[in-house]
Amino acid sequence: MIQSIAPVLSVQNISLAYGEKLALDNVSFSVHSGECRILLGPNGAGKSSLFSLITRLYDTRQGSIDIAGLNLKRHSSKALGRLGVVFQQPTLDMDLSVERNLFYHADLHGLGRKQAKDRIQEELERQAMFERRHEKVRQLNGGHRRRVEIARALLHKPDLLLLDEPTVGLDMPSRKAIVEYVHQLTADHKIAVLWATHLVDEIFETDQLIVLHKGTIRFQGSVPQLLDTTATSSVASAFQHLTKEVR
Amino acid sequence: MNLLHYLRALRGIATRELLRFVHQRERFISALVRPLVWLFIFAAGFRSTLGLSPIPPYETYILYEEYITPGLIGMIQLFNGMQSSLSMVYDREMGNMRTLLISPLPRWFLLVAKLLAGTLVSILQAYAFLLVAWVYDVRTPLEGYLDLLPALLLSGLMLGALGLLLSSFIEQLENFAGVMNFVIFPMFFMSTALYPLWKLQESSDLLHTLAEYNPFSQAVELIRFALYGQFNIYACVYTLSSLILFLSAAVIGYNPSKGMMQKKGGKQ
Repeated sequence: MIQSIAPVLSVQNISLAYGEKLALDNVSFSVHSGECRILLGPNGAGKSSLFSLITRLYDTRQGSIDIAGLNLKRHSSKALGRLGVVFQQPTLDMDLSVERNLFYHADLHGLGRKQAKDRIQEELERQAMFERRHEKVRQLNGGHRRRVEIARALLHKPDLLLLDEPTVGLDMPSRKAIVEYVHQLTADHKIAVLWATHLVDEIFETDQLIVLHKGTIRFQGSVPQLLDTTATSSVASAFQHLTKEVR
Repeated sequence: MNLLHYLRALRGIATRELLRFVHQRERFISALVRPLVWLFIFAAGFRSTLGLSPIPPYETYILYEEYITPGLIGMIQLFNGMQSSLSMVYDREMGNMRTLLISPLPRWFLLVAKLLAGTLVSILQAYAFLLVAWVYDVRTPLEGYLDLLPALLLSGLMLGALGLLLSSFIEQLENFAGVMNFVIFPMFFMSTALYPLWKLQESSDLLHTLAEYNPFSQAVELIRFALYGQFNIYACVYTLSSLILFLSAAVIGYNPSKGMMQKKGGKQ
């Protein structure tokens, strides 16, 4: 499919090295509005490094990243304002209530009290968590904590949602609920999603894929294209085929 | 992005820091007990062995408890600064720090806001300590309690900035014990917190020089003079300069393209 409008996320020729070790090698891709792009890669592929660059936790001289048309280096604050992130590690304050955690995020994004209250209600209701807003995060199970983190990432209505292996450690029903919810977001709200995972069962037929292995992109395209290119019958076999290497 | 956004972010960071402090009662109690042990036990024990002649800002002979009170306030702020830095290393390891650092505000502002919030907590701790000291009959002129506030703000910011700087270098929580041994204890003992400079000079010229140039000494002197309604301009300028130095280095340390954050890449 040819995308005529500007991408929400554009990553161009990004390379990153830790000392001698090359973590990302000339990585380029883009994510458009309403698209769920799955960044598929085994552990150590470079997914987290890539996320650290897109969130500007780290920086690199090679290549450029634009979010909603804003260059991350030149307009970092504005660009980060268009971004919502769910990190792999839990990042909620365990001893504070759900609502207090969300107010903290709303303050960091400059939302006024009334607007923050409305948005918190809206996002928590969408995930059936509003009734639990006064509970401490510590009292919630892993799946519910993740829901709160997704609600938090969406509070300021970002154009791009980054999810770094958000379902790791969750039980099957929680995983399924999160995967479906995020896919629904792309359809209903035209949000662009970049979802890093190594679990192939989280991929929908309609998703766009990037297979990252050892810092390089091994494949980019749709699920049917992946199966065609690798001459395999399932995403799991294709993934295995693309990432198998003599260790 | 406007001024309101900055203020809201500051409110969010300060509220979070205060709530965390309130929820961690043990932290508050230990922050209070530590200087009180020094005041009630250490100072009482040394009262008779340490003779102190009147030196500014004191106009008469004073009890040792009175002498070390400003030093113990400094100790509260020193420990609080290190505690904040410890929590930043913890937050970075655990991930909470990321939510702060990816906020759509300049990183220097986020760090300053975090610093201000931590200083606010240390000021509350200092006044709680002074209240207990007052009950114990260690008192200063009433106006001193008010004059102390700006001094506490400056000294708290300076010691917090030092903690911030250290947190940008410390990669893991385990390394923090080293900071205790190599930063907190030397800074505290090599200062005017427990003994005046002239006493140190009697023992060693080197120690005297080190204590004189120790920023913690100047923070303690700033507090000491403020407690007696006086302004020590040298201590103020020295503390302010140290604050600027530590904070600038910390901002560089947290800069994704220049500082330690870059070197920490990959260690997630």
